[in-house]
Amino acid sequence: DDKLLTEPLKHPDFFNVKELFTLKDLFDARVHLGHKKGCRHRFMEPYIFGCRLDQDIIDLDQTMQHLQLALNFTAHVAYRGGIILFVSRKRQFCHLVESTARACGEYAHTRFWQGGLLTNAHVQFSPGVRLPDLLIFLSTLNNAFEPHVAIRDAAKMNIPTVGVVDTNCNPCLITYPVPGNDDSPAAVELYCKLFRMTIIRAKDKRRQSEAVEELR
Amino acid sequence: TLRLICTTTAVQRKNGGPPGPEKYTEAFIKKQIEEFNLGKRHLANMMGEDPETFTQEDIDRAIAYLFPSGLFDEQARPLMKHPTEVFPEQRKIQWGEDGRPFHFLFYTGKQSYYSLMHETYEKLLNVQKHEEQLIAQDLPLQKEKRNLAGSRWLTKIELEEMLLEKVSDDDYSRFIQLLQKLVALPCADIEEKYIQKFSKELPVQLQKVVIEPLQYDERGVAFSTGEGKRKTASATAVVYDNGTGKITVNGIDILHYFPVLQDREQLLFPFQFLGRIGKHDMVCTVSGGGRSAQAGAIRLASAKALRSFVTEKEVEFMRQAGLLTVDPRVKERKKPGQEGPRRKFTWKKR
Repeated sequence: DDKLLTEPLKHPDFFNVKELFTLKDLFDARVHLGHKKGCRHRFMEPYIFGCRLDQDIIDLDQTMQHLQLALNFTAHVAYRGGIILFVSRKRQFCHLVESTARACGEYAHTRFWQGGLLTNAHVQFSPGVRLPDLLIFLSTLNNAFEPHVAIRDAAKMNIPTVGVVDTNCNPCLITYPVPGNDDSPAAVELYCKLFRMTIIRAKDKRRQSEAVEELR
Repeated sequence: TLRLICTTTAVQRKNGGPPGPEKYTEAFIKKQIEEFNLGKRHLANMMGEDPETFTQEDIDRAIAYLFPSGLFDEQARPLMKHPTEVFPEQRKIQWGEDGRPFHFLFYTGKQSYYSLMHETYEKLLNVQKHEEQLIAQDLPLQKEKRNLAGSRWLTKIELEEMLLEKVSDDDYSRFIQLLQKLVALPCADIEEKYIQKFSKELPVQLQKVVIEPLQYDERGVAFSTGEGKRKTASATAVVYDNGTGKITVNGIDILHYFPVLQDREQLLFPFQFLGRIGKHDMVCTVSGGGRSAQAGAIRLASAKALRSFVTEKEVEFMRQAGLLTVDPRVKERKKPGQEGPRRKFTWKKR
């Protein structure tokens, strides 16, 4: 059992997430398109490639690296049987995110976030509840264009976060930010597809390793 | 090596808050069901009946016999029912042994409500896709109007019962709006079954009151019956056609039964209104109430009986005259601290 857990950590890319996407895929899904110059957040400037006709373009090379790190991390969390919670407050993609979560066998929260969900969990739910081990944000802003409360709460509760940050978002408290477009349907579908594939792959690998161990 | 830093497991609740509603685990409910079945067999033995065919009614009778209780509140008396009825069907523990919740929307707080919204939205998308397919194939869209007048949506309380969790007013109105949106689409007939789960038939209030047809007795004379109530008096009247205007109450002629003119006027009012004073015979039976109440009851009964003899327009006239309405006035109770229902005790200044 110990070997099962320590074995994947020795390789830099145990689950081979690099082959899941290419730069061209990101470009075709319009991930590089950001908001206008006026909406730009100060802390997103390192991730922005340039500005064309007042619209920010996100640097896809950096996005590639960040996305690989993020997918690798989610795969490891899923491999160790952690609870993953998809969060997004975009009404357009609420159904898509919930279906992705259901397909992976993980959890989703695309509705109004009640204040004490993470910080006051043993009052809102039963005392013995288990909190999520990873939060994935498909959109870090809520409907009032402010940072989602869950980012701050996850940081308070020591829960690692993966988040798609657009040019008007604050990437500060997110452990694995992924600079990219969060408004286009194509981009969000791509992210959902990638996360779904990584999680399913990680879970399958876990089951295979357990079966191999049982046979021994 | 991995070093365990602060984990995210929620700290166990320390003293200082009110305990919430007791949550029952599945094992607890199972044990209660076993104990109930055992107790049922013991009870059947005690009563000398067959344990196999001991129904819930027998249990209730046995308990009422063994533990007679004069308590007013039914729920305070000794009770022996199946555990699923005693312990309300509420949230059992929502996660398995490893801590992973069963439902994928558990962390939202209102899992059943949001999963319902999710499903309904999925049906909506399905219907839209179907519509697009039909348009692509140039087929006509079905335009059969669903009968919206005869059905209503579930009320908030019914929805709460269905979902077993609290639903706020906002949430309820959003759900109804989503359902209405789904129903408004042209191809919504595909999801008819799903929509029927949330709609209920309205009790047919607007149906016209069925006027009974005339009956004929042995002599070939047409007659019809009517019933009426007033205060505590209830009356039944049989109105015969081709009569002379003779009216009998409890076998006694009205002149002897109702010495007061006012009561006789009340009896004759329906006939006078329709202009059929000398044309009908009436035989009535009346019980309860006082003089005036019995007169009012017979009046209502005869008016109801006369509906069968008369056209619909005249029935409408009778209704507007107030001949067909049951008079709801009853004696008001006396309240403590007052002398009568309304009269207060005399106010003395000093």
